[in-house]
Amino acid sequence: MENIEGNISCPRVRSDFWVGVRDSIALAVGVVPFGITCGVMALAAGLTGGETLLMSMAVFAGASQFIAITMLGAGINGWGLIVVTTLLVNLRHLLMGASLAPYIIRLPVSLQALLSFGMVDETYAITMERIRRKGYSASYQLGANTLFYSVWVVSTALGVLLSGYISDPLAWGLDFAMPAIFIAMLIPRLINPAALAVCVVAALVAVIGALYLPGKWYIIVACLAAAAVGGLMDEEAQHAN
Amino acid sequence: MRTEIFLIIIGMTAVTFFTRFASAVLFRKAGIPASFERWMKHVPTGILTALIMPALLLPKGYLDVSIQNHYLLAGLVAIAATCFFRNAIVTMSLGLIVILSLRWLGI
Repeated sequence: MENIEGNISCPRVRSDFWVGVRDSIALAVGVVPFGITCGVMALAAGLTGGETLLMSMAVFAGASQFIAITMLGAGINGWGLIVVTTLLVNLRHLLMGASLAPYIIRLPVSLQALLSFGMVDETYAITMERIRRKGYSASYQLGANTLFYSVWVVSTALGVLLSGYISDPLAWGLDFAMPAIFIAMLIPRLINPAALAVCVVAALVAVIGALYLPGKWYIIVACLAAAAVGGLMDEEAQHAN
Repeated sequence: MRTEIFLIIIGMTAVTFFTRFASAVLFRKAGIPASFERWMKHVPTGILTALIMPALLLPKGYLDVSIQNHYLLAGLVAIAATCFFRNAIVTMSLGLIVILSLRWLGI
């Protein structure tokens, strides 16, 4: 699997790319209303269409874009404040990057950088699901990243163009595609006591964290607590054997 | 394009890319300890759960465990659908049908 990655002309690599694209389409449907909302909100906050599109193309991070746009709309335009907030909101990617690192560190550095640029919550989940089913493929990950990136940029552009013609796209209900598909990815993972414990701990900590912690910290705290519990249970199981 | 906005976008781009790439850079240099992999293997389950649960239980930012919470009802349908069909597209379709019907019926 690893040895074919350098050779992009290999048919297997090309087809993995398109499988990654195809497997991402359903989840990407759920991203469209967020992209449109991002465009609509940015214009309402006083950004130009060009600035809005550049932000989606360069940053490619839904949550932190929403927060930055809200801050700009409220007249908060301090560089440091917005950039540090973006950093804090995106710190969870360090964890995702760490869990993908064993698969990608053997690839050429430029490819690692490209794959990392496109790693968002959704593409991370799709790539891990592929690893669970069939093993890692860089082309597959690149396909998923490419589809999500395109959908994010195009739906932001749609929001810019349709601004003023549509009511709240997040009220359509399409945003439910994300939790629905994540549920379909999560349940097959719950096959042993450690995985179940990880899920229960993450659920409790995430809900409490979402109530009391700022921003996206609940994801980091929940994931660290859950991984600690899972790791300890695995260690105990090893000692018992 | 205003310079101040351009600089904000550049700064956001830089820190976001840092969070996505830093782990790969660190582990390429330092190697990956065996015990670390044992912990990291639980990260996908933890992240998925942490993304799902608040979306179902706090769709509007506050805890809402009631039948007025469409996301929770559709989430329960999605869990049942996954257990029966083991197919992500079926899960998503049934979940979306539930949430769109509840919305259109105005329940």
